[in-house]
Amino acid sequence: MRSRETPAAWLRLGTMAAAVVIAVTACGSTATNGGVTGQQPPTANMKPQSSIGAGEGALNLIDWPGYVDRTNWQNPSVASFEQSTGCKISVKDANTSDEMVTLMANGGGGQWDMVSASGDADLRLIYGGSVKPMNTDLIPDFKNFQTYFKAPGYNTINGIHYGISLQWGPNTLLYNTKKFPNPPNSWSVIYDPANKGLVTVPDNPIQIADAALYLIKKQPSLGIKDPYELNQKQFDAAVALLKQQRPLIKKYWALESEEISLFQNNDVVVGAAWPYQTNQLKANGGPFADTIPTEGATGWGDTWMLATKAPHPNCAYMWAAWVSTPNVQAEQAISFGETPVNTKACAVMETIAAGSCAQYHADAPGSYFDTIKFWKTPIAQCPDGSQSCIPYAQWQAAWTTITA
Amino acid sequence: MRNGRPPGQPSPRNLAVTTAGRLRKQRGAAPLQGLFWRRPWLRSAILLLPPLGWFVLIYLTSLFLLLITAFWTINTFTTQIVQAWNLDNFRIILTDETYRLIVGRTVILAALVTVTDAVLAFPFAYFMARVASRRIQTILFAAVLLPLWASYLARVYSWILILNHSGVLNSTLEALHLPPANIGYTNVAMWIVFSYIWLPFMIIPTYAALERVPESLLEAAADLGAPRWRAIRDVVLPLAIPGVIAGSIFTFSLTLGDYITPILIGGAGSTFIGNVVYSNVGIANNLPFAAALAMIPVAIMAVYLLGAKRLGAFEAL
Repeated sequence: MRSRETPAAWLRLGTMAAAVVIAVTACGSTATNGGVTGQQPPTANMKPQSSIGAGEGALNLIDWPGYVDRTNWQNPSVASFEQSTGCKISVKDANTSDEMVTLMANGGGGQWDMVSASGDADLRLIYGGSVKPMNTDLIPDFKNFQTYFKAPGYNTINGIHYGISLQWGPNTLLYNTKKFPNPPNSWSVIYDPANKGLVTVPDNPIQIADAALYLIKKQPSLGIKDPYELNQKQFDAAVALLKQQRPLIKKYWALESEEISLFQNNDVVVGAAWPYQTNQLKANGGPFADTIPTEGATGWGDTWMLATKAPHPNCAYMWAAWVSTPNVQAEQAISFGETPVNTKACAVMETIAAGSCAQYHADAPGSYFDTIKFWKTPIAQCPDGSQSCIPYAQWQAAWTTITA
Repeated sequence: MRNGRPPGQPSPRNLAVTTAGRLRKQRGAAPLQGLFWRRPWLRSAILLLPPLGWFVLIYLTSLFLLLITAFWTINTFTTQIVQAWNLDNFRIILTDETYRLIVGRTVILAALVTVTDAVLAFPFAYFMARVASRRIQTILFAAVLLPLWASYLARVYSWILILNHSGVLNSTLEALHLPPANIGYTNVAMWIVFSYIWLPFMIIPTYAALERVPESLLEAAADLGAPRWRAIRDVVLPLAIPGVIAGSIFTFSLTLGDYITPILIGGAGSTFIGNVVYSNVGIANNLPFAAALAMIPVAIMAVYLLGAKRLGAFEAL
């Protein structure tokens, strides 16, 4: 474990930095406008614009590969957005949440307009001052969003929205149906020595939460309630489980395409995946299936966030409004294999692929979202107010020791 | 510059007069010429300035900045750099078992690749330099260099296709009724791929050294009754060693600094120094720690180059 600042170093931290570490508070208590209550982020007082002006002619986006899809989205297409708004889009693909945070922070941040960040990056972006509040009134489809995604805890603080929710998905258990004629229903298969050298999991520190989620049921005595809020003992147990898992791992996958080829070439038979990989593998006709095991699953919720120094804010709002419309939401959901936050997208999905709405739980009732533990940045403050939870930097350091 | 004035030239007092006289006649060019003539060191200084300036400014300064950054730290939540001097980064690298493991793995694999390449390259280079006809030599030379024309990535990916579970290797073994070799995504795979990729960098310096061995020495050895193998052992090999060492500088340093092959063809437990540097720069945004880690290959190579210099490798480059 990398130890952190000495007392002398603490003194040197700027006021903002100190405020952040000391005072990110009280996750869990719901504010009036949704989200969570907590210390105000540095950009909280920046008033979002009240109307969308003329487009600036350009838009620079950081996205997950496939989130600005020029080939698969046909009705409407990205080109049609560029034509109607005059906003020429430049895209930088990021492969990890950490990379997104780094890209947004580097060079003063004046280079980018928006980032399609996942929940594990959001709090870092918000408290790092890289993103600023957005005005949801400028997004006509916002009123049609699933209630949960209007103000999820990972992008809304004290009722202020730091971005517009986009899509979400669960982290599923993917397996080879030839190797598992009886579908597995527990995450235990990826910790089972019987599958030595045949397992793959994402190369991502947030994977520690998946181990913690499994331990909620497996070792109730640890008292884990939220897999992102772990005290030292709970954290050590999760890390120990992952170290035991290391010999079973063929490869920690970094790109979706890597995991697909691992399964396709029979290098692995079971692993943690996204629905996207399952869709691709099934489309190629392979013996693959996925499931959400009985322990539940972690999940990701993505948000288009507006850079604090965005050079093209009007184009950014036009983009956020456009990707929230039912048609684009449905196109993205089907092409990427994830679930739209706009409830009106369900009907459009059915016209593209019958049954897809239910398959992706796009019509799920509000209670469904309690079974998915959405990614969020682990912070030092525990729900009980103490500072004994393990912050993300230590997750990262631990992940290096697990995978090395 | 009392000693710098060439003998038989006018004294400084007269010089001003003559120079001024010349100036009137020739216009422009003369003062510079005169200056260079009076200050011979100036000419070489101006000639050396661009390469030296590049070296100091771009290379040494960046190394120096790297070294300085290594003594800073970051705010772990916002990942902003905190300029507080401390040795934490180095302490972690030296005491944490994980980083010792990673450094050890990187160095051992780099050494293994170097030895493998030396063993493979020597007979090949010997054949090229001393046995093959002129025509065959040209063809072999082209064959050695040809892979360098293809993208590094394409060559690594082609090895994935060979080594993975349902790849060429296993289907061949299956056809021969042999058990499959599951070496895809392991350190063995990395060893094979590195050895393949850096082989040309070993063959060429070895070839250059072998070609320079004078035929007369071999004839002398034969005249003194040494059999062929004895001549190779006692005459050719010692003369070729500097070439092999020169090649090993390439294979060792290239493997030491690589991070792409471990990502693509390595499995669980294939992390290299470069990967940790990469993930600390591009992912964790912990530049100080990355800088501290990047100093390790620099230090290893400094030691290695000192050793290579002693063995005369730089004369063979």
